[in-house]
Amino acid sequence: MMLDLGILSFGFFQNAILAAVLASIACGIIGSLVVVKRMVTVSGGISHAAFGGVGLGYLFSIDPIVGAFLFTVGVALGIGILKERAGQEIDTLIGAVWAAGMAVGVISVSLAPGYAPDLFSYLFGNILLVPPGDIQLMAVFCAVIVAIVATFYLPLQAVTFDEEYARVMNIPVTAISLLLLLLTAVCVVILIRLVGIILVIALLVLPAASVRGFVTRLPAMMASSIVLSLVISLSGLVLSYLWDLPSGATIILLGAAVYAASLPLSRIRTARQGSGTRSGRPLPQQGERGRQ
Amino acid sequence: MSWRTWSGYRVPLRGVTVRNNEGGDGGTRPVIEVRDVSFRLNGVQVLDRVSFTVKRGDFYALIGPNGGGKTTLLKIILGLLVPEEGTVAVLGQPPERARSRIGYVPQFRTFDFSYPITAREMVLLGRLSRARQIWARYTPADREAADRVLGRLEMADLADRPLSRLSGGEQQRAILARALVGDPEILVLDEPTVYIDAPTEVQFYDLLEDLKKDLTILLVSHDIGVISRHVTRVACLNRTLYTHDSPEITEDMVEAAYHCPVDLIAHGIPHRVLRDHPGKGGA
Repeated sequence: MMLDLGILSFGFFQNAILAAVLASIACGIIGSLVVVKRMVTVSGGISHAAFGGVGLGYLFSIDPIVGAFLFTVGVALGIGILKERAGQEIDTLIGAVWAAGMAVGVISVSLAPGYAPDLFSYLFGNILLVPPGDIQLMAVFCAVIVAIVATFYLPLQAVTFDEEYARVMNIPVTAISLLLLLLTAVCVVILIRLVGIILVIALLVLPAASVRGFVTRLPAMMASSIVLSLVISLSGLVLSYLWDLPSGATIILLGAAVYAASLPLSRIRTARQGSGTRSGRPLPQQGERGRQ
Repeated sequence: MSWRTWSGYRVPLRGVTVRNNEGGDGGTRPVIEVRDVSFRLNGVQVLDRVSFTVKRGDFYALIGPNGGGKTTLLKIILGLLVPEEGTVAVLGQPPERARSRIGYVPQFRTFDFSYPITAREMVLLGRLSRARQIWARYTPADREAADRVLGRLEMADLADRPLSRLSGGEQQRAILARALVGDPEILVLDEPTVYIDAPTEVQFYDLLEDLKKDLTILLVSHDIGVISRHVTRVACLNRTLYTHDSPEITEDMVEAAYHCPVDLIAHGIPHRVLRDHPGKGGA
């Protein structure tokens, strides 16, 4: 339904709001999983590598956003498969993918005939210029994310909480981890239009990280990240419009400010609850580690 | 040298019941059978032809220094690692098949305690191995089991508390509850009390004492301390396993596993620690 409204020539502002809603749903859900699973760096690698897909899109004259989708899915699969073998080298692997993906993009754009329109908006986003076709794509991707996370919620919770125990519970940990990487790739594509490839990782992670200290359950974390991310992107949209600033960067700076504010607030909250957190927190693990 | 001089002190062994199931088990097959298992990690030999057998009703303690391969051995028994050589059978099956009947208490702090999850949700995760499909939801039976085990561990009123707001001892009980909620036949514990204070530790072992009536327990520790009052069998692991696979610790076994904490010898292995060694000063 929202889909149709988007296509019918609503003003660019309504389109922007729709884009913000879809992006917030996606990044609230996936961002929460990314934050609790501590895979922010991996997500950063996937999102930056998306530029390779945009560049290839220009080179082969397909829609850059479709190129980005195919490319990020490929990168996510590659990281997921290599991760098992990389072990300690996972950081290096991510760094390599991160830079190589962008390099592919730069070279493709330079080889592509003629001028690359919108290139800047893929890199830094422009919420006011999201074409209706992309809104449709975002809506489909968003529905896919919601459906898959709802279906596989328990295994996703198990794997993001305690991977080893999930394995003991006979959950296909490798497959579920790969699924999460793929969902992250899909989410990145949804967010590109909003804040651009360079800034995607911030929008993905900052709302979830901001609410983390205030929630006690994963679904609550997802729901409140959705709301917060919507508030951040809409306020960013309005501010950028009023002050004539780039919308993507404005949204991200707002997000960073909210995150910065959340840190002392959550600490105060923890302290006031007189929780067992502090006293229950043990010394750092010394000696025998889990994986000897 | 007598065993008393190794130890420094003794503890009274009152009120200890020894469950020695040697041959008294109606000839059932071993619960855990490890045969000639070797494992190398990054080129370092962690386990070298380790063999031992855990029988039904045992409270088996594997002790040994840090880095002696205890955790690795547990992971092999759980099917998380595959040994390079040797075989492992759990309840007569390969580990991956049998592990749904194992309750696993991993080393404390191997996961993130600030994860947004309540004690009940965490305990429920221990029921996932029973799910028929990967997308299945918890059944009423799952929820009842979780409440029952939380009640048994005196955690009922903490069930909806987030993990991050439980004390260390409560967190440890939640981890134990997660291991028990699937009604396992075997309980496997990896250094379960390293990070909790001494009174909590005593409570924890009292709990295990209670559980060992229904369960076979395999416990790994580098510190025999409190454990010794409860175990029925003990072996020392430091790359190789030093045991005669009997409830006795022998002098040569301890000498061989030199790194074992020596106070285990008198700190109350609840039954015969050493055979009589006439002419060696008596025991």
